[in-house]
Amino acid sequence: MKLKREHALTLARLGVIGGAVLLVEALCRSGVINPLTLLPPSRMAADLFGLLASGQIAHDMAFTAGTIGAALVLSIALGFGLGVLVHALPRVRRALDPLLASYYSVPFFIFYPLLVAIFGLNAFPLVVLGMAFAAPAMMMSTMAGLDRIPRVLLRVARAHRLSRVETVRQIVLPSAAPYLFTGMRLALAYTFIGVIAGEFIMASSGIGHAIAYAYEGFDNNTMYALMLLVLVVVTVINMSLHAYETRLAKRRARA
Amino acid sequence: MSATADVPARTTPARRRSGSWDGLILLVLALLAWQGMHLYVGEAALASPVKTLTFLAGFLRGPVFWGHFAATLAAFGWALLIGAVGGIVIGLVLGERRFAGDVAEPILAGLYAIPKVTLYPMILLIFGLGMSAKVAFGVIHGIIPIILFTMGAVKTISPVLLRAARAMRLTRRQTALEVLVPAVLPEILTGLRIGFSLTFLGVLIGEMFASQRGLGFLIVNGINLHNVPMTTGMILVIVLFALAANGLLLWLHRRFGGPSATPEHA
Repeated sequence: MKLKREHALTLARLGVIGGAVLLVEALCRSGVINPLTLLPPSRMAADLFGLLASGQIAHDMAFTAGTIGAALVLSIALGFGLGVLVHALPRVRRALDPLLASYYSVPFFIFYPLLVAIFGLNAFPLVVLGMAFAAPAMMMSTMAGLDRIPRVLLRVARAHRLSRVETVRQIVLPSAAPYLFTGMRLALAYTFIGVIAGEFIMASSGIGHAIAYAYEGFDNNTMYALMLLVLVVVTVINMSLHAYETRLAKRRARA
Repeated sequence: MSATADVPARTTPARRRSGSWDGLILLVLALLAWQGMHLYVGEAALASPVKTLTFLAGFLRGPVFWGHFAATLAAFGWALLIGAVGGIVIGLVLGERRFAGDVAEPILAGLYAIPKVTLYPMILLIFGLGMSAKVAFGVIHGIIPIILFTMGAVKTISPVLLRAARAMRLTRRQTALEVLVPAVLPEILTGLRIGFSLTFLGVLIGEMFASQRGLGFLIVNGINLHNVPMTTGMILVIVLFALAANGLLLWLHRRFGGPSATPEHA
Protein backbone atom coordinates (compact mmCIF):
# COMPACT_ATOMS: atom_id res chain seq x y z
CA MET A 1 0.00 0.00 0.00
CA LYS A 2 2.83 2.31 0.94
CA LEU A 3 4.66 1.55 -2.27
CA LYS A 4 1.56 2.40 -4.23
CA ARG A 5 1.37 5.82 -2.63
CA GLU A 6 5.03 6.39 -3.52
CA HIS A 7 4.23 5.50 -7.12
CA ALA A 8 1.20 7.76 -7.17
CA LEU A 9 3.29 10.63 -5.81
CA THR A 10 6.02 10.17 -8.40
CA LEU A 11 3.46 9.98 -11.18
CA ALA A 12 1.68 13.10 -9.92
CA ARG A 13 4.99 14.99 -9.72
CA LEU A 14 5.92 13.99 -13.25
CA GLY A 15 2.43 14.95 -14.34
CA VAL A 16 2.68 18.41 -12.75
CA ILE A 17 6.10 19.13 -14.27
CA GLY A 18 5.23 17.62 -17.67
CA GLY A 19 1.90 19.45 -17.70
CA ALA A 20 3.58 22.77 -16.95
CA VAL A 21 6.12 22.25 -19.74
CA LEU A 22 3.40 21.24 -22.21
CA LEU A 23 1.26 24.24 -21.20
CA VAL A 24 4.13 26.66 -21.85
CA GLU A 25 4.86 24.89 -25.13
CA ALA A 26 1.22 25.18 -26.24
CA LEU A 27 0.96 28.85 -25.20
CA CYS A 28 4.15 29.67 -27.10
CA ARG A 29 3.22 27.69 -30.21
CA SER A 30 -0.25 29.23 -30.37
CA GLY A 31 1.18 32.73 -30.09
CA VAL A 32 -0.44 33.64 -26.75
CA ILE A 33 3.09 34.17 -25.43
CA ASN A 34 5.17 36.42 -27.63
CA PRO A 35 8.33 34.68 -28.97
CA LEU A 36 10.27 37.80 -27.96
CA THR A 37 9.35 37.05 -24.34
CA LEU A 38 9.60 33.29 -24.03
CA LEU A 39 10.56 30.48 -26.37
CA PRO A 40 8.82 27.09 -26.46
CA PRO A 41 10.71 24.55 -24.28
CA SER A 42 11.26 22.23 -27.25
CA ARG A 43 13.02 25.08 -29.02
CA MET A 44 15.21 25.74 -25.96
CA ALA A 45 16.23 22.09 -25.87
CA ALA A 46 17.04 22.07 -29.59
CA ASP A 47 19.10 25.28 -29.24
CA LEU A 48 20.94 23.86 -26.25
CA PHE A 49 21.77 20.72 -28.18
CA GLY A 50 23.11 22.83 -31.02
CA LEU A 51 25.23 24.94 -28.64
CA LEU A 52 26.68 21.87 -26.95
CA ALA A 53 27.43 20.19 -30.26
CA SER A 54 29.13 23.29 -31.70
CA GLY A 55 31.50 23.51 -28.72
CA GLN A 56 30.89 27.27 -28.54
CA ILE A 57 30.20 27.25 -24.80
CA ALA A 58 32.81 24.65 -23.85
CA HIS A 59 35.16 27.37 -22.60
CA ASP A 60 32.48 29.04 -20.43
CA MET A 61 31.37 25.69 -19.06
CA ALA A 62 34.92 24.74 -18.14
CA PHE A 63 35.48 28.12 -16.48
CA THR A 64 32.31 27.86 -14.40
CA ALA A 65 32.95 24.24 -13.46
CA GLY A 66 36.53 25.01 -12.41
CA THR A 67 35.46 28.02 -10.34
CA ILE A 68 32.67 26.09 -8.63
CA GLY A 69 35.00 23.16 -7.98
CA ALA A 70 37.66 25.35 -6.39
CA ALA A 71 35.12 27.27 -4.30
CA LEU A 72 33.46 24.01 -3.21
CA VAL A 73 36.65 22.27 -2.09
CA LEU A 74 37.88 25.37 -0.26
CA SER A 75 34.56 26.04 1.48
CA ILE A 76 34.20 22.44 2.63
CA ALA A 77 37.77 22.41 3.98
CA LEU A 78 37.47 25.85 5.58
CA GLY A 79 33.96 25.25 6.94
CA PHE A 80 34.92 21.88 8.41
CA GLY A 81 38.12 23.25 9.96
CA LEU A 82 36.39 26.27 11.48
CA GLY A 83 33.52 24.10 12.68
CA VAL A 84 35.85 21.71 14.52
CA LEU A 85 37.88 24.61 15.95
CA VAL A 86 34.93 26.66 17.19
CA HIS A 87 33.22 23.54 18.53
CA ALA A 88 36.30 22.98 20.72
CA LEU A 89 36.18 26.55 22.07
CA PRO A 90 32.77 27.08 23.74
CA ARG A 91 33.59 30.63 24.81
CA VAL A 92 34.36 31.71 21.24
CA ARG A 93 31.31 29.88 20.04
CA ARG A 94 29.03 31.77 22.42
CA ALA A 95 30.43 35.03 21.12
CA LEU A 96 30.00 33.97 17.50
CA ASP A 97 26.46 32.64 17.94
CA PRO A 98 24.56 35.85 17.18
CA LEU A 99 26.87 36.51 14.25
CA LEU A 100 26.19 33.09 12.75
CA ALA A 101 22.46 33.44 13.38
CA SER A 102 22.30 36.57 11.26
CA TYR A 103 25.05 35.70 8.77
CA TYR A 104 22.71 34.65 5.99
CA SER A 105 20.46 37.67 6.44
CA VAL A 106 23.15 39.84 4.84
CA PRO A 107 22.81 39.85 1.05
CA PHE A 108 26.37 38.83 0.24
CA PHE A 109 26.26 39.60 -3.44
CA ILE A 110 26.55 43.29 -2.66
CA PHE A 111 30.19 42.59 -1.70
CA TYR A 112 30.93 41.19 -5.11
CA PRO A 113 31.69 44.50 -6.91
CA LEU A 114 34.04 45.28 -4.03
CA LEU A 115 35.77 41.91 -4.44
CA VAL A 116 36.18 42.62 -8.14
CA ALA A 117 37.73 46.00 -7.32
CA ILE A 118 40.14 44.29 -4.92
CA PHE A 119 41.10 41.14 -6.83
CA GLY A 120 40.44 42.14 -10.43
CA LEU A 121 37.99 40.74 -12.96
CA ASN A 122 38.95 37.04 -12.90
CA ALA A 123 37.96 33.81 -11.20
CA PHE A 124 39.37 34.81 -7.82
CA PRO A 125 36.56 37.10 -6.61
CA LEU A 126 34.06 34.46 -7.78
CA VAL A 127 35.77 31.81 -5.65
CA VAL A 128 35.77 34.17 -2.66
CA LEU A 129 32.07 34.96 -3.18
CA GLY A 130 31.21 31.27 -3.43
CA MET A 131 33.18 30.57 -0.25
CA ALA A 132 31.59 33.45 1.66
CA PHE A 133 28.25 31.93 0.72
CA ALA A 134 29.01 28.26 1.32
CA ALA A 135 31.65 27.93 4.06
CA PRO A 136 29.41 29.09 6.97
CA ALA A 137 26.76 26.51 6.04
CA MET A 138 29.42 23.78 6.18
CA MET A 139 30.74 25.20 9.46
CA MET A 140 27.31 25.23 11.10
CA SER A 141 26.54 21.71 9.87
CA THR A 142 29.87 20.49 11.24
CA MET A 143 29.14 21.99 14.65
CA ALA A 144 25.63 20.53 14.61
CA GLY A 145 27.05 17.11 13.77
CA LEU A 146 29.65 17.27 16.55
CA ASP A 147 26.98 18.43 19.01
CA ARG A 148 24.85 15.39 18.33
CA ILE A 149 27.37 12.60 18.94
CA PRO A 150 25.66 10.42 21.57
CA ARG A 151 27.48 10.72 24.91
CA VAL A 152 27.13 7.01 25.46
CA LEU A 153 29.23 6.25 22.37
CA LEU A 154 32.06 8.41 23.64
CA ARG A 155 31.87 6.58 26.94
CA VAL A 156 32.03 3.27 25.09
CA ALA A 157 35.14 4.52 23.29
CA ARG A 158 36.74 5.34 26.63
CA ALA A 159 35.77 1.97 28.05
CA HIS A 160 37.46 0.30 25.11
CA ARG A 161 40.50 2.55 25.60
CA LEU A 162 40.42 3.69 21.99
CA SER A 163 43.15 6.13 21.03
CA ARG A 164 42.16 9.67 19.99
CA VAL A 165 42.58 8.89 16.31
CA GLU A 166 40.60 5.67 16.65
CA THR A 167 37.81 7.50 18.52
CA VAL A 168 37.55 10.03 15.73
CA ARG A 169 37.58 7.33 13.07
CA GLN A 170 35.21 4.87 14.71
CA ILE A 171 32.84 7.10 16.67
CA VAL A 172 33.00 10.78 15.81
CA LEU A 173 33.03 10.67 12.03
CA PRO A 174 30.32 8.01 11.60
CA SER A 175 27.99 9.80 14.05
CA ALA A 176 28.53 13.21 12.50
CA ALA A 177 28.47 11.91 8.91
CA PRO A 178 24.82 12.71 8.07
CA TYR A 179 25.30 16.31 9.18
CA LEU A 180 28.57 16.61 7.32
CA PHE A 181 26.88 15.27 4.22
CA THR A 182 24.04 17.79 4.55
CA GLY A 183 26.65 20.51 4.97
CA MET A 184 28.42 19.43 1.79
CA ARG A 185 25.14 19.33 -0.13
CA LEU A 186 24.31 22.87 1.05
CA ALA A 187 27.83 23.99 0.22
CA LEU A 188 27.43 22.66 -3.32
CA ALA A 189 24.09 24.43 -3.82
CA TYR A 190 25.47 27.69 -2.37
CA THR A 191 28.68 27.70 -4.40
CA PHE A 192 26.60 27.13 -7.53
CA ILE A 193 24.35 30.06 -6.66
CA GLY A 194 27.24 32.29 -5.58
CA VAL A 195 29.48 31.64 -8.57
CA ILE A 196 26.81 31.81 -11.27
CA ALA A 197 25.22 34.92 -9.73
CA GLY A 198 28.63 36.60 -9.54
CA GLU A 199 29.35 35.75 -13.17
CA PHE A 200 25.98 37.14 -14.07
CA ILE A 201 26.50 40.50 -12.36
CA MET A 202 30.07 41.14 -13.48
CA ALA A 203 32.56 38.75 -15.12
CA SER A 204 34.57 38.12 -18.26
CA SER A 205 33.60 34.47 -18.83
CA GLY A 206 31.47 31.67 -17.43
CA ILE A 207 27.92 30.46 -17.98
CA GLY A 208 26.38 33.27 -15.90
CA HIS A 209 28.29 35.82 -17.95
CA ALA A 210 27.21 34.13 -21.19
CA ILE A 211 23.55 34.42 -20.13
CA ALA A 212 23.91 38.12 -19.27
CA TYR A 213 25.81 38.68 -22.54
CA ALA A 214 23.10 36.97 -24.59
CA TYR A 215 20.44 39.04 -22.80
CA GLU A 216 22.22 42.28 -23.61
CA GLY A 217 22.61 41.17 -27.26
CA PHE A 218 18.89 40.27 -27.58
CA ASP A 219 20.00 36.71 -28.38
CA ASN A 220 17.02 34.93 -26.81
CA ASN A 221 17.86 31.56 -28.34
CA THR A 222 21.27 31.35 -26.68
CA MET A 223 19.95 32.89 -23.46
CA TYR A 224 17.13 30.40 -22.97
CA ALA A 225 19.29 27.46 -24.03
CA LEU A 226 21.85 28.40 -21.35
CA MET A 227 19.16 28.91 -18.70
CA LEU A 228 17.87 25.44 -19.51
CA LEU A 229 21.40 24.08 -19.16
CA VAL A 230 21.79 25.58 -15.67
CA LEU A 231 18.36 24.34 -14.58
CA VAL A 232 19.00 20.80 -15.83
CA VAL A 233 22.51 20.50 -14.37
CA VAL A 234 21.52 21.84 -10.94
CA THR A 235 18.35 19.74 -10.78
CA VAL A 236 20.14 16.53 -11.77
CA ILE A 237 22.91 17.08 -9.21
CA ASN A 238 20.45 17.93 -6.45
CA MET A 239 18.20 15.00 -7.18
CA SER A 240 21.03 12.47 -7.27
CA LEU A 241 22.50 13.78 -4.00
CA HIS A 242 19.05 13.71 -2.42
CA ALA A 243 18.47 10.15 -3.60
CA TYR A 244 21.89 9.10 -2.27
CA GLU A 245 21.18 10.73 1.09
CA THR A 246 17.80 8.98 1.37
CA ARG A 247 19.39 5.62 0.58
CA LEU A 248 22.08 6.23 3.16
CA ALA A 249 19.47 7.10 5.78
CA LYS A 250 17.49 3.95 4.97
CA ARG A 251 20.57 1.76 5.29
CA ARG A 252 21.37 3.40 8.60
CA ALA A 253 17.86 2.77 9.89
CA ARG A 254 18.13 -0.90 8.93
CA ALA A 255 21.56 -1.38 10.47
CA MET B 1 18.76 25.93 4.67
CA SER B 2 19.07 23.73 7.66
CA ALA B 3 21.91 25.60 9.28
CA THR B 4 21.04 29.18 8.57
CA ALA B 5 18.49 30.07 11.16
CA ASP B 6 19.69 29.08 14.58
CA VAL B 7 17.70 31.04 17.08
CA PRO B 8 19.87 31.73 20.11
CA ALA B 9 18.23 30.50 23.28
CA ARG B 10 16.89 32.80 25.95
CA THR B 11 19.76 34.17 27.99
CA THR B 12 20.28 34.92 31.63
CA PRO B 13 21.22 38.53 32.61
CA ALA B 14 24.83 37.54 33.37
CA ARG B 15 25.16 35.87 30.01
CA ARG B 16 23.57 38.84 28.35
CA ARG B 17 26.13 41.15 29.92
CA SER B 18 29.01 39.02 28.65
CA GLY B 19 27.07 38.87 25.37
CA SER B 20 27.12 42.63 24.98
CA TRP B 21 30.87 42.63 25.72
CA ASP B 22 31.24 40.00 23.02
CA GLY B 23 29.27 42.19 20.67
CA LEU B 24 31.55 45.13 21.41
CA ILE B 25 34.67 43.02 20.85
CA LEU B 26 33.27 41.70 17.58
CA LEU B 27 32.47 45.25 16.46
CA VAL B 28 36.01 46.43 17.24
CA LEU B 29 37.46 43.39 15.46
CA ALA B 30 35.28 44.06 12.41
CA LEU B 31 36.40 47.70 12.29
CA LEU B 32 40.05 46.67 12.65
CA ALA B 33 39.66 44.08 9.89
CA TRP B 34 38.05 46.71 7.68
CA GLN B 35 40.87 49.20 8.33
CA GLY B 36 43.49 46.49 7.78
CA MET B 37 41.86 45.42 4.53
CA HIS B 38 41.78 49.05 3.43
CA LEU B 39 45.50 49.45 4.14
CA TYR B 40 46.24 46.21 2.33
CA VAL B 41 44.24 46.75 -0.88
CA GLY B 42 44.54 50.52 -1.07
CA GLU B 43 42.35 53.57 -1.52
CA ALA B 44 41.30 52.59 -5.05
CA ALA B 45 39.43 49.46 -3.96
CA LEU B 46 38.08 49.97 -0.44
CA ALA B 47 37.50 53.19 1.48
CA SER B 48 38.59 53.39 5.12
CA PRO B 49 35.96 53.32 7.88
CA VAL B 50 36.54 56.99 8.74
CA LYS B 51 36.29 58.11 5.14
CA THR B 52 33.18 56.01 4.54
CA LEU B 53 31.42 57.40 7.60
CA THR B 54 32.35 60.97 6.66
CA PHE B 55 31.03 60.36 3.16
CA LEU B 56 27.82 58.82 4.51
CA ALA B 57 27.28 61.71 6.92
CA GLY B 58 27.19 64.07 3.97
CA PHE B 59 25.44 61.77 1.51
CA LEU B 60 22.62 60.82 3.88
CA ARG B 61 21.79 64.50 4.31
CA GLY B 62 21.26 65.05 0.57
CA PRO B 63 18.10 64.07 -1.37
CA VAL B 64 19.85 61.65 -3.79
CA PHE B 65 20.28 58.85 -1.28
CA TRP B 66 16.72 59.00 0.01
CA GLY B 67 15.29 58.77 -3.51
CA HIS B 68 17.22 55.56 -4.18
CA PHE B 69 16.51 54.28 -0.67
CA ALA B 70 12.78 54.86 -1.20
CA ALA B 71 12.94 52.99 -4.53
CA THR B 72 14.58 49.97 -2.90
CA LEU B 73 12.24 50.08 0.07
CA ALA B 74 9.13 50.29 -2.13
CA ALA B 75 10.19 47.34 -4.31
CA PHE B 76 11.17 45.36 -1.22
CA GLY B 77 7.94 46.19 0.61
CA TRP B 78 5.72 45.05 -2.27
CA ALA B 79 7.80 41.92 -2.87
CA LEU B 80 7.68 40.99 0.81
CA LEU B 81 3.93 41.63 1.05
CA ILE B 82 3.17 39.49 -2.01
CA GLY B 83 5.63 36.79 -0.96
CA ALA B 84 4.37 36.63 2.63
CA VAL B 85 0.64 36.61 1.87
CA GLY B 86 1.00 34.30 -1.14
CA GLY B 87 3.46 32.03 0.63
CA ILE B 88 1.37 31.63 3.77
CA VAL B 89 -1.86 31.02 1.83
CA ILE B 90 -0.26 28.47 -0.52
CA GLY B 91 1.55 26.87 2.41
CA LEU B 92 -1.67 26.52 4.43
CA VAL B 93 -3.53 24.97 1.49
CA LEU B 94 -0.71 22.55 0.65
CA GLY B 95 -0.19 21.68 4.31
CA GLU B 96 -3.82 20.73 4.73
CA ARG B 97 -4.00 18.58 1.60
CA ARG B 98 -1.54 15.82 2.33
CA PHE B 99 -1.26 14.45 -1.19
CA ALA B 100 -0.91 17.80 -2.95
CA GLY B 101 1.66 18.81 -0.33
CA ASP B 102 3.72 15.65 -0.81
CA VAL B 103 3.62 16.14 -4.56
CA ALA B 104 4.67 19.79 -4.30
CA GLU B 105 7.39 19.55 -1.64
CA PRO B 106 10.32 18.12 -3.67
CA ILE B 107 9.40 20.30 -6.64
CA LEU B 108 9.51 23.41 -4.43
CA ALA B 109 12.74 22.26 -2.78
CA GLY B 110 14.24 21.80 -6.24
CA LEU B 111 13.15 25.29 -7.29
CA TYR B 112 14.61 26.64 -4.06
CA ALA B 113 18.08 25.28 -4.90
CA ILE B 114 18.43 26.61 -8.44
CA PRO B 115 20.41 29.82 -8.98
CA LYS B 116 17.44 32.06 -9.64
CA VAL B 117 19.67 34.88 -10.84
CA THR B 118 19.89 33.19 -14.21
CA LEU B 119 16.12 33.61 -14.55
CA TYR B 120 16.32 37.38 -14.18
CA PRO B 121 16.50 38.11 -17.93
CA MET B 122 13.27 36.16 -18.37
CA ILE B 123 11.62 38.24 -15.63
CA LEU B 124 12.87 41.38 -17.38
CA LEU B 125 11.43 40.22 -20.70
CA ILE B 126 8.08 39.47 -19.08
CA PHE B 127 7.75 42.53 -16.84
CA GLY B 128 9.97 45.05 -18.61
CA LEU B 129 12.65 47.15 -16.97
CA GLY B 130 11.67 48.80 -13.73
CA MET B 131 9.82 48.36 -10.50
CA SER B 132 7.60 45.37 -11.33
CA ALA B 133 10.56 43.25 -12.51
CA LYS B 134 12.40 43.95 -9.24
CA VAL B 135 9.28 43.06 -7.23
CA ALA B 136 8.76 39.84 -9.19
CA PHE B 137 12.39 38.88 -8.72
CA GLY B 138 12.16 39.51 -4.98
CA VAL B 139 8.99 37.41 -4.80
CA ILE B 140 10.47 34.37 -6.57
CA HIS B 141 13.38 34.44 -4.11
CA GLY B 142 11.35 34.83 -0.95
CA ILE B 143 8.09 32.96 -1.49
CA ILE B 144 9.42 29.38 -1.61
CA PRO B 145 10.89 29.19 1.92
CA ILE B 146 7.71 30.80 3.27
CA ILE B 147 5.59 28.15 1.53
CA LEU B 148 7.85 25.31 2.72
CA PHE B 149 7.91 26.43 6.37
CA THR B 150 4.15 27.13 6.51
CA MET B 151 3.43 23.77 4.92
CA GLY B 152 5.76 22.01 7.34
CA ALA B 153 4.12 23.74 10.30
CA VAL B 154 0.60 22.72 9.29
CA LYS B 155 1.66 19.15 8.49
CA THR B 156 3.32 18.60 11.84
CA ILE B 157 0.55 19.99 14.08
CA SER B 158 0.05 17.47 16.82
CA PRO B 159 -3.32 15.68 16.36
CA VAL B 160 -3.72 15.83 20.13
CA LEU B 161 -4.24 19.58 19.89
CA LEU B 162 -7.01 19.18 17.33
CA ARG B 163 -8.63 16.43 19.37
CA ALA B 164 -8.48 18.63 22.46
CA ALA B 165 -10.13 21.44 20.53
CA ARG B 166 -12.89 19.09 19.47
CA ALA B 167 -13.30 17.75 22.99
CA MET B 168 -13.73 21.29 24.27
CA ARG B 169 -16.27 21.88 21.51
CA LEU B 170 -14.48 24.96 20.19
CA THR B 171 -16.09 26.58 17.19
CA ARG B 172 -14.15 26.59 13.92
CA ARG B 173 -13.20 30.19 14.52
CA GLN B 174 -12.00 29.46 18.02
CA THR B 175 -10.07 26.41 16.83
CA ALA B 176 -8.34 28.49 14.22
CA LEU B 177 -7.50 31.41 16.49
CA GLU B 178 -6.78 29.58 19.76
CA VAL B 179 -5.18 26.36 18.51
CA LEU B 180 -4.00 26.48 14.90
CA VAL B 181 -2.48 29.95 14.79
CA PRO B 182 -0.40 29.60 17.98
CA ALA B 183 0.73 26.13 16.89
CA VAL B 184 2.03 27.19 13.48
CA LEU B 185 3.19 30.71 14.34
CA PRO B 186 6.81 29.92 15.33
CA GLU B 187 7.58 28.05 12.12
CA ILE B 188 5.85 30.65 9.99
CA LEU B 189 7.93 33.34 11.70
CA THR B 190 11.10 31.39 10.84
CA GLY B 191 9.92 31.07 7.25
CA LEU B 192 9.17 34.79 7.14
CA ARG B 193 12.61 35.63 8.51
CA ILE B 194 14.35 33.59 5.81
CA GLY B 195 11.91 34.85 3.20
CA PHE B 196 12.63 38.40 4.33
CA SER B 197 16.39 38.01 3.79
CA LEU B 198 16.00 36.29 0.43
CA THR B 199 13.47 38.82 -0.82
CA PHE B 200 15.89 41.59 0.09
CA LEU B 201 18.66 39.73 -1.71
CA GLY B 202 16.47 39.28 -4.79
CA VAL B 203 15.53 42.95 -4.95
CA LEU B 204 19.16 44.06 -4.56
CA ILE B 205 20.45 41.69 -7.25
CA GLY B 206 17.67 42.96 -9.49
CA GLU B 207 18.93 46.49 -8.90
CA MET B 208 22.54 45.58 -9.52
CA PHE B 209 21.69 44.18 -12.93
CA ALA B 210 19.84 46.39 -15.42
CA SER B 211 18.37 49.05 -13.16
CA GLN B 212 18.68 52.79 -12.77
CA ARG B 213 17.35 53.17 -9.25
CA GLY B 214 17.90 51.79 -5.80
CA LEU B 215 20.76 50.98 -3.44
CA GLY B 216 21.95 48.04 -5.57
CA PHE B 217 22.28 50.41 -8.53
CA LEU B 218 24.28 52.86 -6.38
CA ILE B 219 26.83 50.13 -5.55
CA VAL B 220 27.39 49.17 -9.19
CA ASN B 221 27.35 52.83 -10.20
CA GLY B 222 29.99 53.60 -7.57
CA ILE B 223 32.22 50.89 -9.08
CA ASN B 224 31.71 52.15 -12.62
CA LEU B 225 32.44 55.78 -11.64
CA HIS B 226 35.33 54.76 -9.32
CA ASN B 227 33.46 56.37 -6.46
CA VAL B 228 34.90 54.05 -3.80
CA PRO B 229 33.37 55.71 -0.69
CA MET B 230 29.95 55.47 -2.36
CA THR B 231 30.27 51.70 -2.94
CA THR B 232 31.68 51.05 0.52
CA GLY B 233 29.11 53.30 2.18
CA MET B 234 26.14 51.69 0.42
CA ILE B 235 27.38 48.23 1.35
CA LEU B 236 27.61 49.37 4.97
CA VAL B 237 24.07 50.79 4.87
CA ILE B 238 22.67 47.57 3.40
CA VAL B 239 24.53 45.32 5.87
CA LEU B 240 23.35 47.40 8.83
CA PHE B 241 19.78 47.40 7.53
CA ALA B 242 19.84 43.61 7.05
CA LEU B 243 21.35 42.97 10.49
CA ALA B 244 18.88 45.30 12.22
CA ALA B 245 15.89 43.74 10.46
CA ASN B 246 17.12 40.24 11.24
CA GLY B 247 17.70 41.18 14.88
CA LEU B 248 14.16 42.51 15.11
CA LEU B 249 12.72 39.35 13.56
CA LEU B 250 14.78 37.14 15.88
CA TRP B 251 13.45 39.13 18.82
CA LEU B 252 9.88 38.70 17.54
CA HIS B 253 10.55 34.98 17.22
CA ARG B 254 11.73 34.73 20.82
CA ARG B 255 8.86 36.90 22.03
CA PHE B 256 6.06 35.11 20.19
CA GLY B 257 7.70 31.85 19.20
CA GLY B 258 6.92 30.36 22.57
CA PRO B 259 8.49 27.24 24.02
CA SER B 260 7.60 25.18 20.96
CA ALA B 261 9.95 27.19 18.74
CA THR B 262 12.10 24.63 16.95
CA PRO B 263 15.40 26.16 15.93
CA GLU B 264 16.82 22.91 14.55
CA HIS B 265 14.17 22.91 11.94
CA ALA B 266 15.20 26.14 10.42
